[in-house]
Amino acid sequence: MHGASVSLRELGKRYGCVRAVDRVAIDIRPGEFLSLLGPSGSGKTTLLMMVAGFELPDSGAIWVGDRDITLVAPNRRDIGMVFQRYALFPHMTVAENIAFPLRMRRFSKKKTMQAVADALALVQLGGFEARLPAQLSGGQQQRVAVARALVFEPPVLLMDEPLGALDKKLREQMQIEIKRLQQSLGITVLYVTHDQEEALTMSDRIAVMRDGRLEQIGSPAELYDAPATSFVADFIGKMNFLEGECLGQDARCFEITIGRSSTIVVDRHLASHEALPQRGERVRLAVRPERIELTPHKNQKLSGIVESVIFVGSSRTFLVRLAGGELLHVQSQTTRESYSPSQGERVGLSIPSDCVHVFPQAEC
Amino acid sequence: MAEADLALAERVANVRSRAGLDVARILVILGLGLVLFFLILPTLIVVPMSVGTASYISFPPEGFTLRWYIAYFRDPSWMSATWFSLRIAGVTTLAATVIGTLAAIALVRGRLPGKELLQAFTIAPLVVPHIVIAVAFYLTFAPLGLTGNFYGFAIAHTMLAVPYVVITVGAALQRFDPALELAALNCGATRLQAFFHVVLPNILPGVAAGAVFAFLASFDEATVAFFISGIEGKTITRKMFEDIDFNLTPVIAAVSTVLTLISLTLMGTIEIARRRSGAGSDH
Amino acid sequence: MPESSLAQPRIHGSPSSAGRYGTMTSLVLVSPLILLLGIAFAYPVGRLLWNSVFAPEPTLAHYTRIVAEPLYLVVLWRTFQIAFIVTVLAFLFGYPVAYAMARIPGRRAMLIAACVLVPLWTSILVRTYAWIVLLQRNGIVNTVLQETGLTETPLQLLYTQGAVILAMTHVLLPFMVLPIYSTLRNIPDDLAKAARNLGAGAPQAFIRITLPLSLPGAAAGTLITFILALGFYITPALVGGPRTLMMSTLIAQQTTELLDWPFAGALSAVLLTSTLLLAALYRRALSFSKGFSNG
Ligand SMILES: Nc1ncnc2c1ncn2[C@@H]1O[C@H](COP(=O)(O)OP(=O)(O)O)[C@@H](O)[C@H]1O
Ligand SMILES: [Mg+2]
Repeated sequence: MHGASVSLRELGKRYGCVRAVDRVAIDIRPGEFLSLLGPSGSGKTTLLMMVAGFELPDSGAIWVGDRDITLVAPNRRDIGMVFQRYALFPHMTVAENIAFPLRMRRFSKKKTMQAVADALALVQLGGFEARLPAQLSGGQQQRVAVARALVFEPPVLLMDEPLGALDKKLREQMQIEIKRLQQSLGITVLYVTHDQEEALTMSDRIAVMRDGRLEQIGSPAELYDAPATSFVADFIGKMNFLEGECLGQDARCFEITIGRSSTIVVDRHLASHEALPQRGERVRLAVRPERIELTPHKNQKLSGIVESVIFVGSSRTFLVRLAGGELLHVQSQTTRESYSPSQGERVGLSIPSDCVHVFPQAEC
Repeated sequence: MAEADLALAERVANVRSRAGLDVARILVILGLGLVLFFLILPTLIVVPMSVGTASYISFPPEGFTLRWYIAYFRDPSWMSATWFSLRIAGVTTLAATVIGTLAAIALVRGRLPGKELLQAFTIAPLVVPHIVIAVAFYLTFAPLGLTGNFYGFAIAHTMLAVPYVVITVGAALQRFDPALELAALNCGATRLQAFFHVVLPNILPGVAAGAVFAFLASFDEATVAFFISGIEGKTITRKMFEDIDFNLTPVIAAVSTVLTLISLTLMGTIEIARRRSGAGSDH
Repeated sequence: MPESSLAQPRIHGSPSSAGRYGTMTSLVLVSPLILLLGIAFAYPVGRLLWNSVFAPEPTLAHYTRIVAEPLYLVVLWRTFQIAFIVTVLAFLFGYPVAYAMARIPGRRAMLIAACVLVPLWTSILVRTYAWIVLLQRNGIVNTVLQETGLTETPLQLLYTQGAVILAMTHVLLPFMVLPIYSTLRNIPDDLAKAARNLGAGAPQAFIRITLPLSLPGAAAGTLITFILALGFYITPALVGGPRTLMMSTLIAQQTTELLDWPFAGALSAVLLTSTLLLAALYRRALSFSKGFSNG
């Protein structure tokens, strides 16, 4: 089975005056795992419903491979879907549930039985054929839903927060299994989640949505290391934000003050907005906690006082209060040699110039 | 781009009309409308009939008059039947609410032998045809002089109304978290204090709804009332039954409008309260 | 009318036993109810049935009379026939209404709900009266029929079996709609969507998913309607005539006009037995529906 490409072309959908999906264009490659990530209400479900055919778009088009499916009836689309609460048919056994799409396609009895057995083996649920959905645990129901969506070998699989109802441990296990399945089958997956960690773990690429618009699309590493907007910077991973003012610039970098006394030097190419900040313009800086380094206090440009130390196993998080009152999260690996100040200690902070993202202040 | 969108809008409209507004769908909507009309028509029809000037039933009613309402309020036999019904309904409400609430507490929260059987017994008056209950009640209570008077009615109607209270209060108790009562006991309350300070305030909407059901179950009750009414002790339903059967005047339309207004106001209040409290889950 | 509560007559005990009232307290709390139902309900009904066999001396004569006289068999047969037709009509009219009420969003659903609940809350006498007004010789239906030229002379609509069926269908329709609505509303929207996604057309999705899942509600609705129709008195008494005698009107006739109490008791016993048998079936249907409750 091979995945098909999916092309969303300037898709738009409004409900009354709410633009649920606002001209979203995404090209998904065959066999790619693409996550739609965004807070609740950002239009992810609406987008998925349009791909599945339960909502008709107001504008744009949806192509799967070389077929325009924008207006095709949902039952003619051949797109698998796993619903948030699984939507298993409660009056049918596991086997009947999985056989359902094959019956709709008038497969022979023999072929159906074989396909159902294969699908159950795929999700490691052999022997559960005769159970009713109510007799399965949440994780097992989830697997049946996946088996049912895959049994008719669709080239594309849609999943709407499929792991939302599971507890953390099971969720992590299912993430790995779904990813493994997707890779071994080569199927194209469009995956909706509001959990950024989940998106980072599973996806080839992530499309970040906000208020119906596509905010940024890229690989997990791209989004993490080069967020295009402060929204993406905030939404993905942990991030410290600081207010500052541009002091001046040269060919390579520019200098920004924080508060009254401290200044930071930032690499020019990391400024996110096209128009670089002018002298005197207020900007928003973003730094990842693990990029900041703590050193013993010795007249550094940037210093602060450790307010608390949080032990998280492999690493430590220090909450450092700057002179201007800002609170920074600093994360460092717990190794024997690493500098580890204690609470109340004054420390110096160094932030490499290529680790600071600059965003215009007006954006938020 | 805008042109492309217009083209899409057109195609969407085409798909919608193909999948959506074809003949079958129009027929379904029309059929549904007819059934809804059939449902609501008889309730609505009595209002215009009650203000028409003609002294026989004619349609469409002509003119506007309140004389049938005045006739209703002036007629001593209608008035005495109305007061009789109201008094019975009042006592029934009180008795059924108290008895039913106590029983619901025991049936939902108590340790009782043969609970299933008791629950079945409680709802039996709803399942047994009222004509059977009416005839049976008459057979036993007439020789005791308990028909055609207030006490007979109070007993019969409390018996008929109490299942509604048990069911409504039972449902409210089921939604009530028993841990709250345990918390009250833990705070030092006695069982009785816990009941009055914690349980009762929480199930009060259910009790109130049960009381309204009990009131209407008595006030609207017609079958048993038909059998155990006397010349003197006659409910408004019995009086209506007679008048409908023997002399069909527009006064009945006026009485019907009044009765409907009372029922709709009471039930509408409950329904609105139920929706507002968010408990509007099942019927 | 509050009779809609018939849809959920069982009260389940709370699962935890902590904080329960003791057996003594519980018995004290239910005793007024038991006393009331015992005196005002169980004893009189029991006595009626007892009298039908033992008063004044043991005899089955009253029962053999029901079987022997064609008139009574006809009435019994007609009662079941009318109850059956009313139930079928109520189902045919009621299912689409329940479906629309459960699936149509917002304002329009409120409108449909009002159309179902308002008649339910209207006194049965008022509704029966309205049907008389509609169906009588110079009533609204006849007026409309004549004005539109469909008939020349007024038709005899009242006091016919058709009138009884029509009015009873109207009175009982909400009892059909509400249980069906209640199950339909508890079927997640996702299920039909999933079926469509898996390749089912809209009719297929309805027939294979929604309809079977709503069967428990349909079973409850039809049984409630049938049971109520069997024992209905007011409407057949006022809208029907001598040719539409049903069990309930026959029982009333035996007691109020002929004063034949033992025979009325026998008739009541037959009516009661049929009802209780059906009620037992209804409970079975309810417990059957529990298997699906985890949807
Ligand atoms: N059927 C609908 N009717 C009206 N508004 C809707 C409907 N579905 C979604 N919306 C609105 O569209 C926006 C996007 O919703 P949704 O796609 O469900 O977001 P998400 O799945 O990202 O949480 C929200 O503002 C929501 O209120
Ligand atoms: Mg969503």
